[in-house]
Amino acid sequence: MIMNASSSPFDSDRERWMPTLQLAAQEVFELMLASPLTVPVQPPAEESLDITSMVGLAGELCGVMSVRCSTRAAARMASQMLGTDPAAAGAEMWDALGEICNMIAGNFKNKITGLGDGCVLSVPTVITGADYNLHSLVNEEIRIVLLFQDDPVVILLEVHN
Amino acid sequence: MENLRTLIVDDSSVMRKIVERCLRQAGLSLAEVLEASNGAEALAVVQNKKLDLILCDINMPVMDGLEFVKQLSGLENAKNVPVVMITTEGSEAHVVQAISAGAKGYLRKPFTADQVKEHVLPALTAK
Repeated sequence: MIMNASSSPFDSDRERWMPTLQLAAQEVFELMLASPLTVPVQPPAEESLDITSMVGLAGELCGVMSVRCSTRAAARMASQMLGTDPAAAGAEMWDALGEICNMIAGNFKNKITGLGDGCVLSVPTVITGADYNLHSLVNEEIRIVLLFQDDPVVILLEVHN
Repeated sequence: MENLRTLIVDDSSVMRKIVERCLRQAGLSLAEVLEASNGAEALAVVQNKKLDLILCDINMPVMDGLEFVKQLSGLENAKNVPVVMITTEGSEAHVVQAISAGAKGYLRKPFTADQVKEHVLPALTAK
């Protein structure tokens, strides 16, 4: 994690951003999927992470929140959310992963003192495929890797100060 | 609160299905569940349907939920239909804006079925 100095009103909370992001993600999975996001004992192999959902943040906090996982994991997430068979998830897994990213971003910003009113979220965008590079004006990032039913889920908050 | 005619407004079809499931889990009797993916679509629905309850997201393309609630309050046939906002936007400013515009409840995502019930029932009785 890279942290830079800032004079934002929520600056005092910055050292808590990583645990807050983790808590925000875990709450979304527990409440909406009835399935926990767990902390891996060993860093998991980040292979086949071929679906990415992104939500833009603008205002006092500018940047991008993304959630990246395998298609298999995304299908299971949609299945958990809808109570359907993972094999039948289809296009709904993109929608589901977009909403998950949206809820994590919203839950995170609502937990940061002073940020809720000054930061707005975009509607989610979902990218399929693993072979891409994303370039944005970022000078700070918080990255966490958690497990959803043994599959890695990479949650990244990239901030443009 | 029997046989409610309900409109769920959210740009995510997954979220619309989850909200409907939560309403059913909450024990509400739903006669009809209509869906719209943005505020403009929702306005078209309310002009042609008599409704008992609307659940509405805020961040949506075309027309957001706050604008929808404002415009709804100007429609004679629908201005008294209770609206509960269900959204990731949890700021005090958004809550004040939504309630000022006429919303009867405000629920933040993520949520449980119990929380949906806790917010919807008072909105229905305040009708």
